[in-house]
Amino acid sequence: MLKTTTYLTHSYGLADGYKLAAYEQQGGYSGVKKALGMPREAVIEEMKKAHIRGRGGAGFDAGTKWSFMPKQSQKPCYLVINADEGEPGTFKDRSIMEKNPHALVEGCIIGAYGIGAHAAYIYVRDELHLSKARLEGAIAEARAKGYLGSRPFGFDYAMEVYVHTGAGAYICGEETGLLNSLEGRRGEPRLKPPFPAQYGAFGCPTTVNNVETIAIAPTVFQMGGDEFSKLSQLHHFNDGGARIFGVSGHVKKPGLYEACVGLTLRELIYDLGGGVLGDRPILALIPGGSSCPVHRPDEIINHPDPRFAPFNGKTILDLPLGVDTFRMVGSMLGTCCAIVLSDAADPVLALHNLMRFYRHESCGQCTPCREGCGWIERILDKIVAGQGTIEELDRVSEIASDITGNTICAFGDGAAQPALSFVRKYRSHFEDYILNGAKSQTRRLTP
Amino acid sequence: MAFALNAEQNQKLEQILSRYPNKMAACIPVLHLCQEANASWVSDDVIEFVAKRLDLPTAHVKGVVTFYTLFNQKPVGKHQVWVCRTLSCALRGSDKILEHCEKRLGCHVGETSKDGKVTLRTAECLASCGSAPMMQVDKTYYENLTVEQVDRILDTLVR
Ligand SMILES: Cc1cc2nc3c(=O)[nH]c(=O)nc-3n(C[C@H](O)[C@H](O)[C@H](O)COP(=O)(O)O)c2cc1C
Ligand code: SF4
Ligand code: FES
Repeated sequence: MLKTTTYLTHSYGLADGYKLAAYEQQGGYSGVKKALGMPREAVIEEMKKAHIRGRGGAGFDAGTKWSFMPKQSQKPCYLVINADEGEPGTFKDRSIMEKNPHALVEGCIIGAYGIGAHAAYIYVRDELHLSKARLEGAIAEARAKGYLGSRPFGFDYAMEVYVHTGAGAYICGEETGLLNSLEGRRGEPRLKPPFPAQYGAFGCPTTVNNVETIAIAPTVFQMGGDEFSKLSQLHHFNDGGARIFGVSGHVKKPGLYEACVGLTLRELIYDLGGGVLGDRPILALIPGGSSCPVHRPDEIINHPDPRFAPFNGKTILDLPLGVDTFRMVGSMLGTCCAIVLSDAADPVLALHNLMRFYRHESCGQCTPCREGCGWIERILDKIVAGQGTIEELDRVSEIASDITGNTICAFGDGAAQPALSFVRKYRSHFEDYILNGAKSQTRRLTP
Repeated sequence: MAFALNAEQNQKLEQILSRYPNKMAACIPVLHLCQEANASWVSDDVIEFVAKRLDLPTAHVKGVVTFYTLFNQKPVGKHQVWVCRTLSCALRGSDKILEHCEKRLGCHVGETSKDGKVTLRTAECLASCGSAPMMQVDKTYYENLTVEQVDRILDTLVR
């Protein structure tokens, strides 16, 4: 059921919404005061009750992740915010940093306190110059007020927030690639274990969280974890609260919409996104960033779990967008920013576009990923030019299967998903190129 | 001539260093600082300078520079233009925007216009997919682009 909210987005329409005055007028910095007055363990428990599934793509429960940090640590601990937003189709974190940066700063203090850190690094991709400026501004405002520094809000808990910048590499969004980049190295992902909670930034216990995950924390402490979780229609899936949904591609009103968890793709596309451009039928949907599998709009839900009873028999358009609801039907929620392709778009060109992206962004450490992404792209080059063969088309799926599960980081799986799903679900389009040649003028991505 | 920072830039470098528990962590921010101070590219002199200043092996700094796309390893134009061409933008006509830029600037992607004013590049998803097509000019985003808007933006650059 459609229920829009404004916990993070209340400031989005206001000219000065990014400034401290506007933030405090909306009750800003009251959550952190409550949190700092609680014992550390209670902060983590409250966060657990909120059932915030990581907003960066993997959907891991935020409070649970915080609880992995050592209770007592000889070394300093760090909170690292993943603001490398680069997953194709995803554009929500940038909006938070530009239009509501104080929510992230306040969230950093809460998160750092919860995990026992006295410093938070916000790793912002370099291209987001306005985000960096707005964050620096918010940090300066907070510091001037004494919200950061040696005694935030009179509590004896020293706290600093720093902005760090990348230099253009999608793979630095992967949390261990990000940590290497933060340390001043090439952003190559690390083998896990050890996990960041044991051995993260500068060899110290570290929690890496997405911008939105942390920016929503102040709301949790303002309203209480339970209350927050119950906003969601998927509270019984332990997927709580409200979050920012995005929609791009062939819709009339692309953009960001904040709503309770449990929104469906149909509501996102038709009620919020204004419907499909030219009122055409939907050809394909990518639920949350390009690393998710693609879906046809007529895929029928059928899952034995009793909680699926209300959705079985309906299409994927009517399945509430949740981490587990999508995982259980073999998909992925990812970043909750959907890409819509109308029937004016050619799925072969869409996959070609994405595989160029993955080939370009592979860090090159693992042979299956480095070679596989390039190989798939070269085969698609040929197919798109009308020179591919059926054997090569089948090879795309084989190569993608061979990448899956055989790499250091999840980039490999993320690159394989679109290849596997596009070829399986739109096979006739690929075969048409092979059997009938390119006829490029009729094949396009734009309506 | 060996590369060096002026007093103000040096102060910035000190500020950057103060944020981290060790010098290596400053590598990327300091490279950005130096690139900006060196007409937007990282020369061998810059690499030497950063390596010495941060007590890092030259090879480490070189490795970092070659890993990240935003460090320019050769001189670039006065302005840099990046047209996003990833899926959400492609679905909204980034091809046409890019084609138009090439025509207007008289150079291909990866090249600099003859007058040295503009280097044209493509970018992968710049987190602006809801306002596609888009491009970045130096530090500014331009969104929901039409060919006419691109003309107006490029006019201000080549003037
Ligand atoms: C290739 C790749 C790219 C990623 N990019 C991002 C990103 O840009 N932003 C982000 O928050 N998480 C990204 N992630 C997920 C992070 O590794 C990590 O799971 C996340 O930052 C954890 O935060 P969360 O638990 O709050 O979601 C990426 C993962 C992979 C494998
Ligand atoms: S899977 Fe790809 S991106 Fe990830 S570490 Fe291996 S080569 Fe690098
Ligand atoms: S695809 Fe162009 S900004 Fe995301």
